[in-house]
Amino acid sequence: MHLTRRRALGLAAGATSLAVFGFVPLRARAANAEATDAAIKEFAGGAVPQAGRIVLDAPEIAENGNTVPISVAVESPMTAGDYVQSVMFLADGNPNPSVATLHFSPMSGTAAATTRIRLAKTQNVLAVAKMSNGAVFVDTKLVKVTIGGCGG
Amino acid sequence: MATPKPRVKVPAKAAKGEVVTIKTLISHEMESGQRKDKDGKTIPRQIINKFTCTFNGQPVFWCDMAPAISANPYLEFTAKVMESGTFTFTWLDDNGSVYTAENKIAVE
Amino acid sequence: MKLKIVVPLALGILATGLAAAGLRADPVDDRLVIDGEREIPTRAKAPEGHPFDEVVSGWLYRTEETRALQADSFQNPGMLYVERGAEVWNTVEGAAGKSCASCHGDAAQSMKGVGAKYPKWNEAAGKPFNLELQVDACRKGNMQAEPYKFDSADQKAVVTYIKHQSLGAPVGVDLAKGKMQSWWDRGKDLYYTRTGQLNLSCASCHEQNNGKYIRADHLSQGNVNGFPAYRLKDANIVSLHGRLRGCVRDTRAEMPKGFSDELMALEVYVTWRSTGLVVETPAVRH
Repeated sequence: MHLTRRRALGLAAGATSLAVFGFVPLRARAANAEATDAAIKEFAGGAVPQAGRIVLDAPEIAENGNTVPISVAVESPMTAGDYVQSVMFLADGNPNPSVATLHFSPMSGTAAATTRIRLAKTQNVLAVAKMSNGAVFVDTKLVKVTIGGCGG
Repeated sequence: MATPKPRVKVPAKAAKGEVVTIKTLISHEMESGQRKDKDGKTIPRQIINKFTCTFNGQPVFWCDMAPAISANPYLEFTAKVMESGTFTFTWLDDNGSVYTAENKIAVE
Repeated sequence: MKLKIVVPLALGILATGLAAAGLRADPVDDRLVIDGEREIPTRAKAPEGHPFDEVVSGWLYRTEETRALQADSFQNPGMLYVERGAEVWNTVEGAAGKSCASCHGDAAQSMKGVGAKYPKWNEAAGKPFNLELQVDACRKGNMQAEPYKFDSADQKAVVTYIKHQSLGAPVGVDLAKGKMQSWWDRGKDLYYTRTGQLNLSCASCHEQNNGKYIRADHLSQGNVNGFPAYRLKDANIVSLHGRLRGCVRDTRAEMPKGFSDELMALEVYVTWRSTGLVVETPAVRH
């Protein structure tokens, strides 16, 4: 854990402010932790989000917060009786945590998708999947959004 | 902004039961509603808020989008094809405009 | 309580030290193959008289995700502007009732390799022309249409479209024509002249510190073979003069006007500095 932070800090010259944030528990520093939790709760409709089956792919360091590629894949047979209904993306440090909600059907073949999102600053990106039987799964990735140097 | 143009990549053919990858891109600024102009006035939000994909009229995949989706929205997803037919894609703009694209696929 | 202040501060100092020491300084070792089919060389031996031994494409300084965007012609957002440029190419404008296509036909044929040779000496104007100035000259002279406003959407689109027809063609500025050499000389002077409140020259970053990080930007050699380029920061296609103006603004100096003599001289010089590389337009950069 220590090494990871040091490596990350070594990437941004004069990153004193990043250094300060690095020692505050992640969720507590999310600008919109409450709104994020509320969105998950509403989406989950009573089910308790569990870990597993869903994998969110996001870069460790986003070259620019304007365009951050992310993808999601959820294990599922994707049959009429057992499929992924939807996946919600959230960004807990954005002015508004909502990013997108993807809706799948058995005709999707797989519950996998890729898109590009905007991140206002370093924060957690969450992917929450709701299955046809109501079960909910969640994955989180911390994406570091760097402050550029200059140019154009 | 010029009329948003969709670009879609769908394979021309596939085997029955194959899961194909579909890539879509549309030119659109996705004005978030967070930015202010030179005079300090908020630039109103104007985004693509919904994308849909149907195959031979059946819904396959659809997506509700928020301003956090990047400009020139890119969406990649899959579809399992059991027969030949036509994919229809639509993008719904906040201002009510609908942009569409169609791609045929031959399935054997 | 004390640890919360001391350790971050120490790490902050360590971070600065590490960055100054050039941690992770090298551009990556990767190959640009577009759509798995077309290889675009991204390193080359520098030409005679060049300050570097090797010219390296800006592509190699970007993160894996950014590089992947350029390697997929479908995902490359710059291609949206190539498409828009094709539309502009085929659109009639001006009193003469012509489009670019009326004279030049299919750009894939007529413009193949053409953009790679710009900027070019223009005898009639007595100065170098870049693609933008050439397009304006055609609009005015042949189409009886208004020249474009600097960095207008259509200008950027049609120039991206034309330059894209040179994808893979070697960058080549002909310094023997007209007074190109003297413009190169002036461009070189400008390249090495410090300006602005921050007192930086192009060389300060791109020659003396390429490979290092300025805050979190990985500094490249400043080659221009990918312009107009899609910049993630702008989420838009960016012209070369647009980019140069931005750099000057960031040294906190007054920005030269687009297509001014100053920027044309600089364009001649920095295009020469990219000799060895090939056109990558539309490149994807941060």
